[in-house]
Amino acid sequence: MTPVTSHAGTFETWATILTVALTAIAGDVLTAGAMRRIGDLDDIRARSGILGAIKAVVGSKMFLLGVVSMALSFFSLLFTLSKVDVSLAAPASASLTFIGNAAAAKIFLHENVDRRRWLAALFVCAGVILLSK
Amino acid sequence: MKHTLSPQRYLILLAVMLTASVGDTLLSHGMTQVGPVSLHHLGTLLVALKNPWVIGGIVLLLGFFASYLTALSWADLTFVLPSTAFGYVVVALLSRFWLHEHISAYRWAGIILIVCGVGFVANGPSLTEHPRHADDAQ
Repeated sequence: MTPVTSHAGTFETWATILTVALTAIAGDVLTAGAMRRIGDLDDIRARSGILGAIKAVVGSKMFLLGVVSMALSFFSLLFTLSKVDVSLAAPASASLTFIGNAAAAKIFLHENVDRRRWLAALFVCAGVILLSK
Repeated sequence: MKHTLSPQRYLILLAVMLTASVGDTLLSHGMTQVGPVSLHHLGTLLVALKNPWVIGGIVLLLGFFASYLTALSWADLTFVLPSTAFGYVVVALLSRFWLHEHISAYRWAGIILIVCGVGFVANGPSLTEHPRHADDAQ
């Protein structure tokens, strides 16, 4: 097996990858929850124009909290990419995010994550790992 | 009720797929030019924001964010997310047929798995129907 080239130790590598995944999951769930509360953006744009749609989105505290989480995820990804090879960091954080999001969407957003969606998350997760080989 | 998407909404999902994967690729290329960032010199992250590849990546990721939010306003998170992974497949196929790069058997297997995963959710309903509470209905 080819060793992974990394400028960080094992703990630091996985701590940074986990940080990217957790902040990404928080960002995704918070923004998805905010968009669910705001409603269909196509309808809002038809009613109040593009500025009305932007105002509705930016005025949501949950959305802003989601953006903060996404910004944290973005900067921790930049930090991680400077320490860990992209071939490990990108698929590992993406895979953890996919699985974590399926669980978080079921728990916090009460989405109907049926067998089909779990299978999709697992297939995509495995696929992303294989793509990095 | 089975929620199906109009062609215009599938175009939004296509934008989600393409902008995310190409944006990530530009960011990755930019960060390899910037070099390692240490905890003691986090200011280097601000220097990274001056790199044209990082700027290009950020512009594409802003486009991704706009289309992603639009998609989330009419579809479940677990429906939209696999679309973002489909972007990896697009990049792999572009690298094979446009840049003539070699794609290993592992990568072909990964592409097939992601296509299957996206197919699973694309066939199902796009939005979970929540029963309205009595106070919501008033």
